[in-house]
Amino acid sequence: MTTKLFGEPIPRREDERLVLGQGRYLDDLGRQAVAAAFVRSPHAHARIRDIDVSRALDVEGLIAIYTWEDLPGLVAEPLPLLIPHPALTHGRTAYPLAKEIVRHVGEPIVMVVATDRYVAEDVCGLIDVDYEFLKPVVGLEEAAQGVHLVHEDVPGNLGAHLVQEVPARDGRSVAEALESAPHVLEFRLDIERSASMPLEGRGVYARWDADDRSLRVYSSTQTSTSVRMALAAKLGLPLPQVEVIAPDVGGGFGVKIVHPWPEEILVPWAAITLGREVKWAEDRREHFISSAHERGQVQHIKVGFDEQGRVLALDVDILHDHGAYTPYGIIVPIITATQLLGPYKIGAYRVVFSSIYTNTVQVTPYRGAGRPQGVFAMERTMDRIAAHLGLDRTDVRAANFIGPDEFPYDQGLIFQDGRPLIYDSGDYPESLRMLKELIGWDDFPAMKQAAAEEGRRIGIGVGCYVEGTGVGPYEGGHVQITSDGRVHVSTGLTSQGQGHETVFAQIAATELGVPFEKVSVVTGDTRRFGYAVGTFASRAAVMSGNAIALACRRVREKALKIAADALEADPRDLEITDGVVHVVGAPAAGIPLATVAVLSNPLRYAFDEEAQRATQFAGTADPDKAPLEDEPGLEGKDYYSPIRSTFASGMHAAIVETDPDTAEIRILRYAVVHDCGRLINPMIVEGQIHGGVAQGVGGALYEKMAYDEHGQLLNASFMDFLMPYVTEVPHIETAHLETPSPLNPLGIKGAGEAGVIPVSSVIAGAIEDAEGIPIMRMPISPSDLYDLRRATD
Amino acid sequence: MPDLHEISLIVNGVVREVTVPARRLLSDCLRHDLGLTGTHVGCEHGVCGACTILLDGEPARSCLTLAVTAAGHEITTVEGLAGDDGPSAVQRAFRECHGLQCGFCTPGFLCTATALLRENPAPTDEEVVEGLSGNLCRCTGYQNIVKSVHRAAELLAEES
Ligand code: FES
Ligand code: FES
Repeated sequence: MTTKLFGEPIPRREDERLVLGQGRYLDDLGRQAVAAAFVRSPHAHARIRDIDVSRALDVEGLIAIYTWEDLPGLVAEPLPLLIPHPALTHGRTAYPLAKEIVRHVGEPIVMVVATDRYVAEDVCGLIDVDYEFLKPVVGLEEAAQGVHLVHEDVPGNLGAHLVQEVPARDGRSVAEALESAPHVLEFRLDIERSASMPLEGRGVYARWDADDRSLRVYSSTQTSTSVRMALAAKLGLPLPQVEVIAPDVGGGFGVKIVHPWPEEILVPWAAITLGREVKWAEDRREHFISSAHERGQVQHIKVGFDEQGRVLALDVDILHDHGAYTPYGIIVPIITATQLLGPYKIGAYRVVFSSIYTNTVQVTPYRGAGRPQGVFAMERTMDRIAAHLGLDRTDVRAANFIGPDEFPYDQGLIFQDGRPLIYDSGDYPESLRMLKELIGWDDFPAMKQAAAEEGRRIGIGVGCYVEGTGVGPYEGGHVQITSDGRVHVSTGLTSQGQGHETVFAQIAATELGVPFEKVSVVTGDTRRFGYAVGTFASRAAVMSGNAIALACRRVREKALKIAADALEADPRDLEITDGVVHVVGAPAAGIPLATVAVLSNPLRYAFDEEAQRATQFAGTADPDKAPLEDEPGLEGKDYYSPIRSTFASGMHAAIVETDPDTAEIRILRYAVVHDCGRLINPMIVEGQIHGGVAQGVGGALYEKMAYDEHGQLLNASFMDFLMPYVTEVPHIETAHLETPSPLNPLGIKGAGEAGVIPVSSVIAGAIEDAEGIPIMRMPISPSDLYDLRRATD
Repeated sequence: MPDLHEISLIVNGVVREVTVPARRLLSDCLRHDLGLTGTHVGCEHGVCGACTILLDGEPARSCLTLAVTAAGHEITTVEGLAGDDGPSAVQRAFRECHGLQCGFCTPGFLCTATALLRENPAPTDEEVVEGLSGNLCRCTGYQNIVKSVHRAAELLAEES
């Protein structure tokens, strides 16, 4: 394998069209489609007594109005529970359109189809829904008391309860280890809700071909293959008659892995029913109140430790808010519970979580997916231990690290993929050393002192994480070299800005020995590749990257075999350079892959001059052999299915300044050391880190979902939900460490989510250092800090 | 049916006639009536800047503008930034510096940066940050966008 392209910061392929305004996002398609819009519940909890459409019927341009009662068969059934788990004893999912009860503001009740979106929304405004109000259940702790219920048949609002315990190596339980620990601390932590909030909302566009009885659906999704299967099942269509395509997608960050959304079923169903193309593009308010949120947890922590700060026992109790429904199961709290352990080997560990229903938008993974909360718990714990013992915070962490010689390291738990939580590789002490150098950890006390003399308050914080990436079960890749010498690569998973067209082309070009320009990549199009899982959990590069590499190796082998016959050489003496197969050391006497592709497909009929070489009288075939030994065509397919996840890791540090008067919080420096194994394209990995940190800064200082006691989301707009602008994000300094994964052929680990994971814990630690006040709740605004100061005075 | 208005807009140097109801947003008119889907809509309430176009050369939010009020005015969308010889310096710089990921916010940033550099061909870091401070990007963390604008300034200086 040449290393020319793998590892190079090659500019992205996709940008050529995107900077020209030639992207094809969902709402750029289907200009001739009619538009859908939805009447959504303005109430958090209510019974629908009546829906009166009479005022709406005369609107010019109205095509159809549908309520739950109009939906046939499986379309009328609740949406699937995507990831069942034995602990999820009371999983509940919504109906595509509300049946009798609405359980959060924004739940869809009526679908309107009209000639355009303006008219459809006019119609929505004329539909009168009569509600009987039910008591809204808002606030995690109130909900956990179970006085009022979100679902009548879910006592205590308790969807799931899971206890996991790993005894200490000497067999002692958490209770015993806590009992005998020299020091014990107990405290509570809170994290508020935030959300993925991609700049492009969700959207669906469906075309029904009545002649062909086939359905083509475009969806702004992170998993086109799964949407396809769900649609075929719900609509009762043969799978081969349904195609789903994820076009250019304007960001996902987790929210678009949920599927099928109500709209994803209803829009195609309406297209079939009406015999017309139908499209729905979500608006921003809909995205706030009708998609999904994440993060909200209350954590109670009890930790026992020794004089060096080594953790002997850790007991964590988590209340997790999963909103009104659980379509994605309990993946988020499972990840919190398992990834909480980070780079540490601790004594006995017990983690209990209760996943609770509230009358709010459902909770499903958002970049980081439960890890930011777990890391917040663990890293705040490390800081508390250091403060208690008067030790340096990095020394306490180092005392707990898993050593570089201890891999594979089994944490004794079951991870989100249902497999043992075994770390494959890493070098945490080296990572910490690099971070301390990058941020200037050891010089900070002097800097702080100097600042204090000028009347300024500054503080430093640090946070470490380990991230299970590249979860299975599998992904596949298909590679075809055509007789024009072009290489066509496809994989089933989707792209939302990660640069897959570029990095997968880098892998294919490297594996095949062809010029980068010859390779094109298609993702998320079931017409090209039907089997896939999806793009989430930092898995695309690991899963599809390796699958494509394996598929390329098959094609390469086939090419060498065919070329060896033509060149009368031994395939083992051949290599491919710049798209030409030749004997090692003799690049001049070679045969282009384009010709090999021709020869791979014995022809009766020529369609151009090149193709004549493969016809029966051309003299290229051995008359004593059957014309076709293998499959025709120079193509190959393979799958990558890992036995378990691969574990990336990283450490962040920040220096913040807090204003002594206004309590304004400013990040002065932000440093990241990141280890995702071998880098395919360092420029793209850095971009992922920058974007993750920016979302982390949003979650630490600005973003929250402000629900009032009635279950109204008070800040459901970009005006009020404060995402960071360029003015809020600090310059991010990065350094890379590469400990290759032994689990996959390319040695890579995922990088998509990493940046966001430790930010809240790092910023909390830095503010705490600046202020000398414990920071136990994130995000923190200047007024929160101001109140904390007053409460402490 | 609401009253319809026949208007003419000068879009990317071409006169375009279009018939719209008074309430039609300029963003929808460009995207759906004229088929210029490069202009994106991220919020439709004037905060994200994805819909930024140049109205008589000045950045404007097409989601907060009614198409009828743009009648007779010159509009440049992202599709109009490239010249006959290919992508503009700003467009090339964004690609070179990895100033975009999903690309959804990008047309707004490109238009904003184009106007910024026309006013101020050699902006300082603060001036770039200030100039971009009305546009949201959820993917990049902005670092490479700022870098792209500086790079574009360099490219423009080389070209002139
Ligand atoms: S779409 Fe116009 S500012 Fe967001
Ligand atoms: S590149 Fe995705 S929002 Fe900016």
